[in-house]
Formats: sequence, C-alpha cells, structure tokens
Amino acid sequence: MAGHSHESNTKRIWIVLAILSIITAVEVVLGIYKPDGLHLSGLGTSWLNWIFIILTLVKAYYIAWAFMHLEGEKKWFRRAVVWTGVFLISYLLFIVLIEGSYLYDTLSPLIKW
Amino acid sequence: MEANIAVNSDNKETWSGGGSKPFGASYGKMMMWFFILSDALTFSGFLAAYGLTRFKFIDSWPIADEVFTHIPFFHGNYPMIYVAFMTFILIVSSVTMVLAVDAGHKMQQKKVAGYMFVTIIFGLIFVGSQAWEWNTFIKGSYGAVKTSDNKVLQFVKDGHQVALVDFVNTERVDGREQHTNKNGLWFENEATISQYSVAQVQEAFKNDPSLQVRTEKINLDKKQKIILSRDESLKALAKANQVVEGANLYVNEYGNPIFADFFFFITGFHGFHVFSGIVLNIIIFFNVILGTYERRGHYEMVEKVGLYWHFVDLVWVFVFTFFYLV
Repeated sequence: MAGHSHESNTKRIWIVLAILSIITAVEVVLGIYKPDGLHLSGLGTSWLNWIFIILTLVKAYYIAWAFMHLEGEKKWFRRAVVWTGVFLISYLLFIVLIEGSYLYDTLSPLIKW
Repeated sequence: MEANIAVNSDNKETWSGGGSKPFGASYGKMMMWFFILSDALTFSGFLAAYGLTRFKFIDSWPIADEVFTHIPFFHGNYPMIYVAFMTFILIVSSVTMVLAVDAGHKMQQKKVAGYMFVTIIFGLIFVGSQAWEWNTFIKGSYGAVKTSDNKVLQFVKDGHQVALVDFVNTERVDGREQHTNKNGLWFENEATISQYSVAQVQEAFKNDPSLQVRTEKINLDKKQKIILSRDESLKALAKANQVVEGANLYVNEYGNPIFADFFFFITGFHGFHVFSGIVLNIIIFFNVILGTYERRGHYEMVEKVGLYWHFVDLVWVFVFTFFYLV
C-alpha cells in the first residue's frame, strides 16, 4: 500500500468515467454510420479502423492508469508490467498478422466463388 | 547454502511475503499484477488468432454489424447498440469498484460494502446480457442455406436480408422427421433438423422474383457482401444441400464456421472471467460485511480483487473493438 497517496480522488474517477463514456459513444456512432471517407480508404487498414484502435488504446490507458492505479505505483514496477506486456503483445501481433496476410495471398487464389 | 532459503516457512508472514515489499507493493498485489500480465497474454493469443484467421479470410469474413443487430424487447435493426450498452455497464462497474477501493482507504466499511454490492449487480447484468447475446446468436434470425462447396448463401430483398420464415410459405413435403430415441434407435441421437427443407427453400425462391442471393464474398472496394443477379442466384441455390438456422460449432448462418467458433471461444472465455470476478467480489463482499478487513486494519483485499475486476473490463474494451467495431 505504500508508494501511492491515500487522499480521496473521487473527482478524478468521475472525470475518467466521463472520458471513457464519451470515447465509447464516439466509437459506436462511427461504427453505426461508417462514413465512406473514413471507411473505404486508409493506410494499411481503413482510417476508421485506425481511429477505433487508437481510441481503444486511450481507453486501456485510462483503465490501467486511473482505475488500476498504475499511476500511483513505483515507476519500475509499472514498467515491469506494462513494457513486458506491450513488447510481447506487439511481437505476437506482428508475427501472427503477417502470417495471416500470407495465408490469404497464398490460399485465396485457390478458392472458387 | 543458507542463502538459498528465501523465507522461513515457520514464519506466519509467509503468505504476505514476510513483510518485505519490493517496489513498495505488497506480495499479494504484485502477484495479482503478474497474474494479470500472463492472463493478458492469453487473451492476446486468442485475439491474435482471431486476427490471423480474419486476415486469412479477409474477402469473406462476416460483417459484425450485420450479425449483432438485436436488442432485447425490440424488433428491428439496431447494430452495435446492445454491445455498447454492455460496454458501458462494465465501465460503470469498474467505477463503483474504484469507489469501493477509495472508501477502503478511508476505512468506511459500510461504503465499501455498498459499492461492492453495486459492482456485483452490474457484473450480473453483464453476464446476463452476454447470455442473451449467445442465445440470439445461436438461434439466429434469418436462416441461410449451405451449398455442397461449403458456402453460406443468405437471402435479400431490395438489398435487405430476409428471413426464411418470411418467404417460405409451403408445407414441408419430404416427410422428414426428427430422429429421437422413441421413433428410432434408442442409442442414437440426431441434431435438431431445420424447420424447412432445402427443396422448400428452392421452390419458394423460384416463385418470388424479387429475391436474390447474397454470398459470403466481400466486394473489397465497397466493403459489402456481393449480391448475385437473379440468374446467378438460381444457379448458386441449386447447389444448396443444407438449411442453416442459427449457429453451432460446425455451421452457422452468418458465414465461415470459424467466425462462430471464435465468437463462442473468446466471448465465452471473457464471460468466464466475469463470472469468476463476480464470485471473488461476492466473497470479498461478505468479508467486508463480517468486518474482516476492519480487524485487519486495511482493505487491501478489496484493492486486489478490484485489479482483477478492472482487468476484465480492460479485456472487454479490446474484445468490443476487435469483434464488433473493426
């Protein structure tokens, strides 16, 4: 319990709730209307997907830092958890998603529609 | 050799790490964090596998907002609304959990108990919603047919999907009966047979010229499923050999079987986490009421199950994005 302050931060909790709710609402509205300009063009994947992924990471940041109180932990404890996870997950996604694209390139010409 | 012995097992403080606190975190809290890290990697493995499979079938993957379009008690097409509601419920339950931890720091027993109780209720609402989602997904809403080359064909009228029940209006004539142990071999079972026969669907489709077939194949420029012309539709439908209603692990009316498999597996694994989170919350809730933590002098247990509960919320944020949005 040492390492972080004990003062009440109820106000911050409500602010974070507001941020998370607004982000979710934005995601849902974009997900329902899917504006063509964002949905049908983009770099690698559509702009819409980039927006969703970035907003998701923002939400994850607020949940981990504010709700799980990572912001109050000692710096190197936080890094032991966050850096390990971020590195391993990035590596996994990098390798597995490239494999998925390769499978599509190789197998889809063989499928008759 | 003595240096190799970490903690004296006679020490009553063993469970809490003997009072030493590296990084200023107690033993229990640190271990909860490392458990969460490993669990995050497990979920990442599932979501990465989902990503791989989706990339592999990028030109025929089901479009999520055509699959999850229902909300309880209302008819009609409301993509995303219900999952958004579920996401919001889980976020709010995280907030009440934080408030419980906050009250714990101030040693306010009644407040902690109250917030824990609300968290448990929100958790139950979430699992209930997920059960409802599963039920809707398994029952299906439109029905489709599967062809001999394992393609799922759906039916559309004026560009909108129509249900089999809305256009098949003949009686079933093939005399097909459900095999049960009363009318057949007592030691054999048969999976539920579809409401309509393939011949009925083909017949009804021929009689209504406004109907068309929608294939699994996606037009990658428009990101929409390709709808066949009337002639092509009839040709494709001639290859049908199974009527599909709803979803199971082998076949589903939405498209690729592995789509439903991932849906069941990932949301199921997450739902199981929510369930165990609720159980932990209930245990801690009773401990709070019994005054265990008042006597102990601190509410750190609330903080530790809180971490687990927030993690469940964190995972859902990602499942929501990659299953329903992207």
